[in-house]
Amino acid sequence: MLEVKNLSKSFGGVHAMQDVSFSVRAGSVHSVIGPNGAGKTTLFNLISGVYEPTRGEILLDGENVAGMAPDRLARRGMSRTFQNLQVCMNMTACENVMLGAHLHTPSSLLGGMTGATRRADAALREEALRLIDYVGVGRHAHAHATQLSFGLLKRLEIARALASRPRLLLLDEPAAGLNDTETHEITELIRSIAASGVTVLLVEHDMKLVMNISDHLLVLDYGRKLAEGTAAEVRANPQVIAAYLGTEAEASA
Amino acid sequence: MKASSRALLRPSLLLLALVLALLPLAMPNNYVIDVAVRIALAAIAAIGLNLLMGFAGQISIGHAAFVAIGAYGSGIVTARFGWPALPAIGAAAVGAALVAWLIAKPILRLKGHSLTMATLGLGVIVNIVLINEVAWTGGPDGMPVPPLAVAGFAFAKVLHWYALAAVLLWLAVLLSLNLYESPAGRALRGLNGSEVAARVMGVDVARFKVRAFVVSAVFAAVSGSLTAHYLGFISPSLAAFTHSVELATMVVLGGMASTFGALLGAALLTALPQLLGGLHGYEMVFFGLVLMLTMMFLPKGLVPTLALRLRRKG
Repeated sequence: MLEVKNLSKSFGGVHAMQDVSFSVRAGSVHSVIGPNGAGKTTLFNLISGVYEPTRGEILLDGENVAGMAPDRLARRGMSRTFQNLQVCMNMTACENVMLGAHLHTPSSLLGGMTGATRRADAALREEALRLIDYVGVGRHAHAHATQLSFGLLKRLEIARALASRPRLLLLDEPAAGLNDTETHEITELIRSIAASGVTVLLVEHDMKLVMNISDHLLVLDYGRKLAEGTAAEVRANPQVIAAYLGTEAEASA
Repeated sequence: MKASSRALLRPSLLLLALVLALLPLAMPNNYVIDVAVRIALAAIAAIGLNLLMGFAGQISIGHAAFVAIGAYGSGIVTARFGWPALPAIGAAAVGAALVAWLIAKPILRLKGHSLTMATLGLGVIVNIVLINEVAWTGGPDGMPVPPLAVAGFAFAKVLHWYALAAVLLWLAVLLSLNLYESPAGRALRGLNGSEVAARVMGVDVARFKVRAFVVSAVFAAVSGSLTAHYLGFISPSLAAFTHSVELATMVVLGGMASTFGALLGAALLTALPQLLGGLHGYEMVFFGLVLMLTMMFLPKGLVPTLALRLRRKG
């Protein structure tokens, strides 16, 4: 469903991404891993239209969507979450999720002011509450976003992304900053989302989580593709081992 | 139908209707009623500006330009072309919407504070045009505007005006409250909260900003038109930078994104100078001071801060 060809991005003279190609099969959980600074988030920002690629193609169902604005990608069934949280802190949890359903409801200003969109809105609210429940934030549905903990906000972002009814969901480090129990719950949640037929592209540092749920892995290092394959294949790849041991050695030095 | 009638039954709207209806009984003389009319007319503009500033987070420091376009548009076509007031007010509102659209369309594709700068420029330009086009506007001396008459009924008494202004204010509050809880309102507040998130959720951010700008310009123009007919005389100071800052201060003081905040801000900033016996050229100092103190001590503004306090206690 998603095919990336020779994707490159440079910021000034820095090559954040060089010639990366891979493809994501519909219905799979596809993970992107790599040491810090490997270009994982850059890749996400390129695919989701936040950055414009310097070179290369991004094919979504065969259509080249490289450099397409995020709101137009949303119409084509792509949604995402953010590593550093992009929850609207000026709204309630429920309103955030309802914002996610923006494309599935009439949204004219005039309709809003006259109350004409009110009936459709009630249905939207039901759906949003169901999704909030589904990700496990049900108890806080009507709380203001500022009152939620980091872990709850991460789930809230997933609910908001799901409200847009995506076919391809990009999750940017959904387990970052979570404890073991929360990570376990997020793992189950991702599994359940994938089982519902949504294709998941995942960036994650937590190796246990990644190895557990991924059908396919892409390993990045210094903005290049280092390896790809199933969890077992990647784990046995000497280059991947070297890259990870290298980082650990540097980190402990 | 059911859903929209439920909207009218919202407690806050019922309460507002009650207060507006009973207020004249508590007002001792025409002077006080006159202040109430001015408050209501200013509040309509402030509620409109709040849709842009409070909801969408886009700052306009030239909004008085649209008040002036409404006032002069309506004034010129009634005084010089003999139009009846109602179509004149409508035409002025359409004119303001068109100007807003023409400015916002190219500007809002850009990022950052370009809209703020453009509105500042618009205010200056409108002010200068009003001063220089003497044949049309009367120049710096201003121009008289015929009194309001709708379908043969002349709004001659200040109490007539109070009734009209109160009804329109109530309508403005209704529209604003409706918008707040609608998909469009969430799109505006969402792009204010996180622009990138709103875009990823499918919100065409530039288009929504343009629409909010146009709608807020129409509120300002209607307020301006009515002010012109009410006062019977208008001058270019309507478009002055001071007036734009006054409108923005009303929104900030009352509380960003709060409809009743904009109303309260308009009430305070209109009534206080009257109580203080006029500001005599120190308007800018007064509004600047109010802005600074609000930012320092009530960054959320009056109404949201009070609402939070009450919720914590209760």
